[in-house]
Amino acid sequence: MKNIIEFNNVEYRASSGRVLLNNVSLSIGEGEMLVLLGRSGSGKTTTLKLVNRLLEPSKGEIAIEGKNSREWDPIHLRRRIGYVIQDVGLFPHFTVERNVGLVPSLEEWAPERVSARVRQMLELVGLDPAVFGKRYPRELSGGQRQRVGVARALAANPPILLLDEPFGALDPITRSEIQQEFRSLHRQLRKTMIFVTHDIREAFLLGTRIGLMKEGELIAVVDPSEFTRLDHPEARAFSRSLQ
Amino acid sequence: MTVLQFMLSNFSEVLRLTLEHVGLVAVSTIIAIVIGVPLGIVMTRRPALSKPVITFANVIQTVPSLALFGFLIPIPVVGGIGARTAIVALLLYSLLPIIRNTFTGISGVDPAVREAGRGMGMTDAQLLWQVELPLAMGVIFAGIRVATVVAVGVATIAAAVGAGGLGMFIFRGVSMLDNRLILAGAIPAALLALVADFGLGAIEKRLLGEASK
Repeated sequence: MKNIIEFNNVEYRASSGRVLLNNVSLSIGEGEMLVLLGRSGSGKTTTLKLVNRLLEPSKGEIAIEGKNSREWDPIHLRRRIGYVIQDVGLFPHFTVERNVGLVPSLEEWAPERVSARVRQMLELVGLDPAVFGKRYPRELSGGQRQRVGVARALAANPPILLLDEPFGALDPITRSEIQQEFRSLHRQLRKTMIFVTHDIREAFLLGTRIGLMKEGELIAVVDPSEFTRLDHPEARAFSRSLQ
Repeated sequence: MTVLQFMLSNFSEVLRLTLEHVGLVAVSTIIAIVIGVPLGIVMTRRPALSKPVITFANVIQTVPSLALFGFLIPIPVVGGIGARTAIVALLLYSLLPIIRNTFTGISGVDPAVREAGRGMGMTDAQLLWQVELPLAMGVIFAGIRVATVVAVGVATIAAAVGAGGLGMFIFRGVSMLDNRLILAGAIPAALLALVADFGLGAIEKRLLGEASK
């Protein structure tokens, strides 16, 4: 299995001088769904933002598709990486169609190709393009907005997807529906994904591997089946929350 | 003779002064937009600039308008007697609401929206033109409206530096103790302010359309 993303002894220090990420090494293979699990402030989001260069490492190196992240043009790199955040960040003044077609449009695809792709993506996430295409984000429910967010992230067919607690703000029933669908979507698309969550059930359901983080350190990266056997207080704390 | 009769019998002069008034306000407001909006945008990129610029614009607002016109007269190039001095003074007054609203409008864009845009690989210019400016347009436009209405009022003082406008009637009326003359300047000026506010509001509605709801 080829490694798509590699972290080598990465440290990230905020401008305040606080170390948010300490000596993290990690490799993620093609088609994997690595779930980063941890409490708030454990460094999960920081790790994601280092991948698409919204942040730059203070020490160490990150390689994306075998190339040092500093050598990537940040704009080009980000268009190859889908990004879904908890607040979705749909553009309120764009229709659903324009939101989903954003990256293809930025990449200057022909308009017919963009709209065909938008239809395909909306169908993929279970939204009828004829019903939802012309709506504005404020006319959607929370779950529908998240689906549009996922469709938008996938639109330019990026090999990598970063998801930062994408389903955190949904009600429990919608969340579990969307989690199930997302799992089958991952199996179908085989994209490399990093998924950030503080919900251990979500980590078990979605992850092909789970990375446990605490206070800026990556404690362990394990198979979901091995997680409950981890001998670390933070792992036990999370495992206990399962019962 | 009532005010109305006076205005009708001097209709051509009322019209001429009104047009002069509109000209002063239009020219100064357009220049204020051309300077103020880009300055407001630059401030969102260089936050260190925002404090001194806003402070400077605030200080200018506190200078009494008659004094500001007076201060400008002896200054070469921008000063002197006539329309140019008036336009510079009006411009200085109009800058603050436009700069401030541009800055706060863009700064007020939901950080999640901005981050999503950056994370998906929008360049700074794309983010500005496609996301930040359209979303801030309502607030920026409100600043332009305030600036215009204020300028209509302040422009009545332009007559003091020989720039003409409806202030001509008012100053003449004050010195001749003639209320009719004062009102012949004040009423059209007030109407002008209302029309400007209403007209800009209508333009704003059309411009922003669906997305502003």
